[in-house]
Amino acid sequence: MEALLKKLTETFGPSGEEAAVRTLIEAEIKDSVDRIFTDNLGNLFALREGAGPAIMLSAHMDEIGVIITHIDEHGFMRLAPVGGMAPHLLIGQRLRFRDGRVATVYHEKLKSLRDLEWSKLYLDGGAAAAPPENPVAVGDLACFDQPFQRAGGRYLAKALDDRAGCALLIETARRLPRELPHTVCFVFSVQEEVGLRGATTAAYRLKPAYGLAVDVTRVGDTPKAPVMAVSLGQGPAIKIKDSSVICHPLVRRFMIDTAAELGIPYQLEVLERGGTDAGAIHLSREGVPSGVLSIPCRYIHTPSEMVDAGDMEHALTLLVKLCSKPWPAL
Amino acid sequence: MPVSGFKIKDVLMELSAATGVSGDEGAAIDVAARYFRQYTDRVKRDRFGNLIAFKEGKLPAGEPRFSLALAAHIDEIGAMVTQIARGGFLRFTAIGGIDPRTLLGQAVVVHGRTPLKGVVGALAPHLLAERERRKELTLEKLYIDVGLSEAEAREQVRVGDLISLDQEPVLLNGEKCCAGKAMDNRAGVAVLLQCAAELASMQHRADLYFIATVQEEVGLRGAVTAAYGVSPDLAVAVDVTHGAAPGLPDHEVHSLGKGPVIAIGPNIHPALGEKLHALAQSYRLPYQIEPVAGNTHTDAWAFQVSREGIPTALVSVPLRYMHTAVELLNLDDLIAAGQLLAFLSRSLDGAFWEGLSCY
Amino acid sequence: MLLAELANLPGVSGGEKRVRQAIVEALAGCPVEMRTDNIGNLLVRKGPRRSPHVMLAAHMDEVGLMVVAIEKSGHLKFKPVGGIDSRVLAAKRVRVGAAAVPGVIGAKAVHLQKDDDRKKPYEIEDLFIDIGAAGKEEAEALVKIGDYATFDTAATPIGSGFWRGKAFDDRAGCAVLLQLLRDPELTGFSAVFTVQEEIGSRGAITASYALQPDRALIIETTAAADTPGTGEDFSSTVLGAGPALSVMDRSVIVDREMLTELIATAREAGLPFQFRRFTGGGTDAGAVALAGEGVKTAVVSTPCRYIHSPHSILKESDLQATAALVKAWLLRGER
Repeated sequence: MEALLKKLTETFGPSGEEAAVRTLIEAEIKDSVDRIFTDNLGNLFALREGAGPAIMLSAHMDEIGVIITHIDEHGFMRLAPVGGMAPHLLIGQRLRFRDGRVATVYHEKLKSLRDLEWSKLYLDGGAAAAPPENPVAVGDLACFDQPFQRAGGRYLAKALDDRAGCALLIETARRLPRELPHTVCFVFSVQEEVGLRGATTAAYRLKPAYGLAVDVTRVGDTPKAPVMAVSLGQGPAIKIKDSSVICHPLVRRFMIDTAAELGIPYQLEVLERGGTDAGAIHLSREGVPSGVLSIPCRYIHTPSEMVDAGDMEHALTLLVKLCSKPWPAL
Repeated sequence: MPVSGFKIKDVLMELSAATGVSGDEGAAIDVAARYFRQYTDRVKRDRFGNLIAFKEGKLPAGEPRFSLALAAHIDEIGAMVTQIARGGFLRFTAIGGIDPRTLLGQAVVVHGRTPLKGVVGALAPHLLAERERRKELTLEKLYIDVGLSEAEAREQVRVGDLISLDQEPVLLNGEKCCAGKAMDNRAGVAVLLQCAAELASMQHRADLYFIATVQEEVGLRGAVTAAYGVSPDLAVAVDVTHGAAPGLPDHEVHSLGKGPVIAIGPNIHPALGEKLHALAQSYRLPYQIEPVAGNTHTDAWAFQVSREGIPTALVSVPLRYMHTAVELLNLDDLIAAGQLLAFLSRSLDGAFWEGLSCY
Repeated sequence: MLLAELANLPGVSGGEKRVRQAIVEALAGCPVEMRTDNIGNLLVRKGPRRSPHVMLAAHMDEVGLMVVAIEKSGHLKFKPVGGIDSRVLAAKRVRVGAAAVPGVIGAKAVHLQKDDDRKKPYEIEDLFIDIGAAGKEEAEALVKIGDYATFDTAATPIGSGFWRGKAFDDRAGCAVLLQLLRDPELTGFSAVFTVQEEIGSRGAITASYALQPDRALIIETTAAADTPGTGEDFSSTVLGAGPALSVMDRSVIVDREMLTELIATAREAGLPFQFRRFTGGGTDAGAVALAGEGVKTAVVSTPCRYIHSPHSILKESDLQATAALVKAWLLRGER
């Protein structure tokens, strides 16, 4: 899992430019599934055929980033956020483009850091010219440039949101038994960070009987954090509600019962702000009963997101079991 | 059209008293389903939890079938436990738009292993500095006290348990008005039932779907899936709108007792809206007009753009003190709204619905 | 000029009838199939359906006002339909309702305002429409609650090759789309004139569900800020530099393959183009891209100053270049 997580998190993949992540995942998962295909938006579908109706498991491939909006004659680039990126986190950061080129971010002269806004930031890639002499073009995307590292029992990396979910889906596919009570469709979705867009069209195409998103969630266990009863290292979280979905009671109960049966620790999650692919899946067509398995994660949407290795292992155990059991009928 | 045996005040009060916070509308739906069974052919719940009652239309042989959906959301605002804090106090988050300022001192029920009665509290005023007391009252400063120790609370309550307002409905001014929790939008459900009761012994050409939608207060979610699933040819959403009260500008509100409110604007199909006005006028029903320049923030918004588009209208009942435990409305407005929808159901024919795409 | 004719018509979101009728008339005699759907979109098919199925779209609606109350004095209170900056409204002329009743937008006279109030920009609540009615009854004989009001502006050529007028967003797109539909060299595509874009791309949702295209190109009008006080780096687009290609906005991330094609098309044909250097705002593309199983979608816009105001300005050469680019792209797809 650790090696896989390293490869996944170090790959370039801001919303709308998930190709490199898709190629990597395709290579990692293709031997474990029966069928693999993509759609118009770039979602990757990996299917294991089973006896019963389909369960859609979804983890998003995209990460937050920035987009270049202008390049001046000195090569300084203006930028805008892609997804929930905060401007103050970018100062002094290295960012990476698709071709591996790097650049750093700084700001115009400010009276106070409180005056910082996107229009005050610029990116410097070392080229002192406008295009076409500058290798970067308006519209190019960049993401954080940070290596994956292990820190104690925890992993530190960019884009654990949601490559942690991608890693879990790939590992789950590898461990599934030969006979399955349901068709299991692993969906690696695009453009989650800009509005659950990939999951919207993926769910419409698949018409699944059930949906299960696997994504990271916030925690309340850091100094003076907002009230939230989820901590790192206490097991994966079974979502009850966030801004995008109220998880179906049947799916929720099935997940809780399964975790209890396995004897693995779990937490219940009420996220006050934020959403996941389940928000799109559960409203598809006539409605799809859906749940979410969350990986507790600190410092979401920063260059150093942190998850617990034990939480990841427990989440994997739970996911494998959830895919191997018959789901309750409505 | 007098209806024997149907008393809207009894229906409304029973619906208001039932619990049905968004995401767990079961108890309220059971009440509604019991009534709908009396007046319709079939009642079912769809995959998403919406209640759908069907009554078949009677058409001359050879005419193509068409359907009208009447939809009212049955969920109510409430709250959800986010943390069991030290001392057994419960932290919570809102489900739907709740004004924290109305909650202090409010009786609630926490739906734990068993229903637990509780009260919303905050730091006592005499312990607060005057300056602090004047600051905004936010949800983070509030908690629910269910009178249990921390250990007992942990046994009885889990993160994610729902919380509903604890308030029996009351009749006011003789039996003209009714006040209570969840009138938004049990009033709409009662209007659907009034309409179904009016039509019980009447002929209509359109196939009728009475839909009690779920999860409206968290984003019209039930309506999105119900509209797709039922795929009606026409739809009317029934909801509540703001009633006139001191301090509110006249053009933003509607008077209680002056009849149902018919919306106009881009969310409303012009011909269907016009049909409602014409019917109200020809049957001498009182009505009011509500211009909405964009999003009506009702199920009508979801129905209108389902699949290839559904001609949609919106009929509302004026109501004061929205999203509190004392939502107040006039029962005559409900009856008139139900009658208006019954007249609409009876008046529709194939020529009308086929003409709706001729703009 | 087609643009002027279209732009002068009233067509606030939800009340696009006059624009739709004008387009239907303009297509009379063209070898196209047309139908209006339940929400008011005009769906047009030219020639046999091809694979991939291409859909072009432009929205017919414009931002405007809606009458929400008639005061005892005969003045009309209103709300904006779509995104209108309330600062552009005071002292402008409008036309109200189907009968196009003339009126002006009034506010308390500046002489009567306190010093503090003078420093604040007008809010919608401070403003009203005055149709010269002496009281509520007189006003009710002329207008009714729910009537739409549009800016009373006639499109006029100004300067060297520029046009001034209302509703260029997106009658400019409608004009381009009409021109393409009438072009005898082009066939085998669908075109949609959508309704209610300005209040959330409502028409595009149902139209794209109905047509289920493989690829969609949205023909829009986008803000240009090539004006004093804005540096080039924050101008978004400039007039005279040709159509603007979007990479990303609030509603969509443009399909890379289509974007690359559009760039190549422009280069091959020697047509000017620019990027839209701004990621805010949204268009019908957002709704279309997420229709059904997903649609590859791109946006090409004519740059335009002062959109959503009584008077916007665009350059005719940009409009022509937009039409030329879309035409070249369609023809390229046939090769």
